[in-house]
Amino acid sequence: MAKHHIQTTINGEPAEFLCETQQTLLDVLRDELDLTGSKEGCGTGDCGACSVLLDGRLVCACLVLGVEAAGHEISTIEGVAQGNVLHPLQQAFLNEAALQCGICTPGFIIAGKALLERNLNPTETEVRYWLAGNLCRCTGYDKIVRAVMNCAAQMREEASHG
Amino acid sequence: MGNEQNTFRVVGTRPVRPDGVDKVTGRAEFGADHQLPGMLVGVVVRSPHAHARIKSIDVSAARAVPGVLAVVTAADLVDLPSELSSGGEAPINFRHVSHNVIARDKALYEGHAVAALAATSTAIAAAAAALIKVDYEVLPHVIDVLEAMREGAPLLHPDLFTTGVTPTPTTASNVAGVTEFALGDIAKGFAEAEVIIEREYTTQPVHQGYIEPHAVTATFGADGTASVWCSSQGQFMVREFCAKLMGMDIGQIRVIPLEIGGGFGGKTTVYLEPLALALSRQSGRPVKMVMSRGDVFKATGPTSGTHVKIKLGAKRDGTFTAGEMTLKYQAGAYPGSPAFLGGMTGLTPYLFEHAKATCYDVVSNRPKSAAYRAPGAPMAAFGVESAIDELAQQLNIDPLELRLKNAATTGMRTLYGAKLPVVGYVETLEAAKAHPHYSAPLGPNQGRGIASGFWFNIGGPSSAAIHVNEDGTVEVVTGNPDIGGSRASMAMMAAEVLGIDFAHVKPTIGDTAQIAYSFLTGGSRVTFATGKAVIEAAEATVLQLCGRAAKMWKVEPYEVEWRAGSAHCTRVDDTTRAPVTLAEIAHQAGRTGGPISGNVSINAAGAGPGFGTHLCDVEVDPETGSVKIIRYTAIQDVGRAIHPAYVEGQLQGGAVQGIGWALNEAYLYDEKGCLLNSGFLDYRMPVASDLPMIDTVLVEVPNPGHPFGVRGVGEVPIVPPLAAVANAVSRATGVRMTDLPLSPPHVLAQLDRAKTAG
Repeated sequence: MAKHHIQTTINGEPAEFLCETQQTLLDVLRDELDLTGSKEGCGTGDCGACSVLLDGRLVCACLVLGVEAAGHEISTIEGVAQGNVLHPLQQAFLNEAALQCGICTPGFIIAGKALLERNLNPTETEVRYWLAGNLCRCTGYDKIVRAVMNCAAQMREEASHG
Repeated sequence: MGNEQNTFRVVGTRPVRPDGVDKVTGRAEFGADHQLPGMLVGVVVRSPHAHARIKSIDVSAARAVPGVLAVVTAADLVDLPSELSSGGEAPINFRHVSHNVIARDKALYEGHAVAALAATSTAIAAAAAALIKVDYEVLPHVIDVLEAMREGAPLLHPDLFTTGVTPTPTTASNVAGVTEFALGDIAKGFAEAEVIIEREYTTQPVHQGYIEPHAVTATFGADGTASVWCSSQGQFMVREFCAKLMGMDIGQIRVIPLEIGGGFGGKTTVYLEPLALALSRQSGRPVKMVMSRGDVFKATGPTSGTHVKIKLGAKRDGTFTAGEMTLKYQAGAYPGSPAFLGGMTGLTPYLFEHAKATCYDVVSNRPKSAAYRAPGAPMAAFGVESAIDELAQQLNIDPLELRLKNAATTGMRTLYGAKLPVVGYVETLEAAKAHPHYSAPLGPNQGRGIASGFWFNIGGPSSAAIHVNEDGTVEVVTGNPDIGGSRASMAMMAAEVLGIDFAHVKPTIGDTAQIAYSFLTGGSRVTFATGKAVIEAAEATVLQLCGRAAKMWKVEPYEVEWRAGSAHCTRVDDTTRAPVTLAEIAHQAGRTGGPISGNVSINAAGAGPGFGTHLCDVEVDPETGSVKIIRYTAIQDVGRAIHPAYVEGQLQGGAVQGIGWALNEAYLYDEKGCLLNSGFLDYRMPVASDLPMIDTVLVEVPNPGHPFGVRGVGEVPIVPPLAAVANAVSRATGVRMTDLPLSPPHVLAQLDRAKTAG
C-alpha cells in the first residue's frame, strides 16, 4: 500500500513525512524524522518515555498514529530548548541531579513542562500525580519532584519580577 | 595521597554532570538510537511454550519473502562445550549463554529465542517471522523453586547433576548446586540460645525494570571484522561474549558503547548482540534489533524468586548465639542463581560465633536469572532482618539497640571466611538512632520498620587514559559505561589530582579499540576501581607535567612540586622561576617532549564493603490492605561521596526499587507456565504518586583502599528495603508478614487470617 503523505508542524517548524498506516507517531519521529529524543520504553503508553505535546496536550507518541499528526502541532524534547538556551526545567534537572541514566528524562521534561504551563504553583502531591504516567527506575523520583518544584518556584519568582 | 587528606577542592561538590545537557535535550544516543545506511531490521521468533523439544524449524517460507535477507537458528552459532570459564564476578558457562541467546534442541521458557531474521522493513520482518514453522513437542514444565526441587519434577537438563554434595548424585535433577558456608558449631550455638526464632519467607522473581529495552546495531564486514553499537554494562563483556558465541577473535570485534538507559545488573550479559552479528554476517548488511517490553520481561533478567528459611538463636539480653540460613533460589532456565551470594551476605551485618548457610541453585522454566543490584542479597536479608525484628519484639528490645548490640565491626570474621576491613555499620545505626525520623510519633494504622544490609563491593580490572590538550583542557577516557553519573565522578577525581577546574576536564567512555580493558560496570566498582585508575593516570600526568616544567626551568625533576594546578620550583631562594600552570606547560609541550598523557591499567584491590540501615514508616488501610509508604530514610556508609547528589540518588533509587519488590512487583504465571504480566501496566513498578521523598544520610567512613576513601554505593541500598517495609507493615498491623509482595489482596488475606485465628 502506498504510504501516506503527512504535513504537520513539529516544534514550530513545518514538517512533512511519508508513513505507513500502522506506524505510530513515535515511529515516525524516531525512524522517519531522526528525532530520537523521544524514547520507546514500552510501546503501550505505560512508561511515558515518548511523551510529546499534541496541540499542547500531553500524549504518549506510541499511542498516536503518525497519520494523526496531519494538520496538528507536535512538540518534542528537541524543541524544548531555544537554540542553545535551556528551558528552566532542563536546567533544574541538571542542577538537582534529577537524572541518572537519562532515558526517561525527555519524557519527564515534556510532562513537567506541560504541568508548569498549566500550574506554576503545584503542590508536591500535584507534581507526583501529574508525573505518575512517567516511569523512572533510577532515581526514586525524589530529585525529579524537587527539580519541578524548584523550577516552579524560580519561574514564579521571575514572573513576579518580570 | 592518603586518607588523612580531608580538604578537597572538587571532591564532595555538586557540579552539573558533563553529559547532562545531551540528556535533557534528547541528543544523547541510546541503544535504539543508532542508525547505519542500508540497515536491516532484525526480529526474534520466540517459544510460546514454557518447556518444549524443538523437533524441527522450517525457515524456507520466511526466507522466500522478498525483503528477507537473513534467517538464523542455533546452527549459526558455535556449538560450545559445557565448561566454566573464569572471568568476571562468577564463572561463566558459555554453552549456557549461547543456548540462552538462541535455543538448541529445547526451549526452556516462554519467550526463549528459537530463530531470528532480518528484513528491509519492520513490517516485512514481522510478516516473515510469522512464517517460520517450529515443530514443538510440548513438555511438562515447572516454575516454583520448591516444586522444581521435588523428586519427579519435570527435568530441564538431563545432564544436570547437583554439584557441591558428596557423593555426586547419579540421577539428574533441577538442583544445579548446593553451596555451604559454616562458622563455629551451629548446634552448640543453638544449644546456648535462650530464644529461638525459626521462620520461612518467600520472595517473587522481580525484573530490573530498566526503562530502555535491549537494543543493538551490528555490522559484519567482508573482511571478517565486525562493529557492534549497543547499550550494555560493559563493552568489553559484549566483545568477549560475542567472540565466544560467534567463534571469532576478540580483535575482530569492536564494540562501541552507546548511552545505557538503566541496567541494574540486567545488562551484564548478551541477548541480541550475537544474533544481530549472525544476521549481518549472512546478509552483508548492518542489522538493528530492539526488544519489545514484552520480550524484555519474558526473555531477560529477572532475579530469582526465593524460598528462605531463617533460624536465629539469642540470649535474653539480645546477644546472638547462632544464625542459620537455608536459601533456595530459582536460577531460571540455566544454572547460576545468586543463592551463594545470599549465603555470603545475609548474616554478615552481625557477629555470630556459630553460623551456617546452605544455598540451593535451582533451575526452572523461567528466563535465566540475571544480576540485579546486590544479586542475591536482598532476599536473604529480607529473612534475616525480619527474624531480627521478631526477636526484638519477643525480647522487648529496641530493634536498633538489638542490631547495635550484635553489629559487625572492623576485623570481624564473616561466615564466608574473610575478615571485614574498615567498615562503618555501627555508624549507620548510630545515625539512624540520632535521626529525627526514628523518634517521630506514629499515628493509627502506622508502623515503623528498620532493616540493615550488606554488600561486598568489588574492584577488578580498570583502565584510564588522560590526555592533556594543547590549551590545558584535559580529556579523561575510561572503559566503563556511565550508568548513573559516573562520568562526573571520573572528571572530578581527575580535576582534584590535577588541580584544575572541573569544567576543564572532559570525560569520555571509550570503545573497545580506544581504551584498554575494563571489567564491566557492576559490583558497585566503577567509582572505586575505575576512579582509582583515573587518579593514578592523573598522578602519572602530574609527574610528566613536573618533568616538563623542570625542562623549561633547566632544573632537576625532583626540584619541581605540583600544587593547585601549577608546577612550583622547590629550589630555596629561587625567585626567577615563577610557578607555571598546567595550561602554560601544555602550550609548550611541543618544545619539551611532545604530547602529555597518562595511561594506566590496574587490577584494583582494596574495595570497601558497604553497610546501610533504612527506616520506613507505613500506613496500612485495614479495609483494603493497601500499604502507603509515608516516610523513608536511607542511611549508608559511603566511604567518601565524590558527587554527593549522585550518591544520594543511588540510595534513593535503590530504596525505591526495593519498595517495589516489597509491595507490588512479581512475575505471575498461568498454568501453562506463560507470563501473565509482561508489561508495565500489570508489572507494577513504583510511580511518583506512590512515594514520599526519600531522605538520605551519607555516613562517611573512608575506605583506606582508595586514595579518596571511596566505597561502592550502588548496591547496598536495595538490600534493606524488603525487610524495612515488611517490618513496618508487621508492626502497623500486628501480623508478621513473611511473603512478598505485600500487595493489598495479600495483606488483607493475612489480616483476615490473623483475625480468624485470633
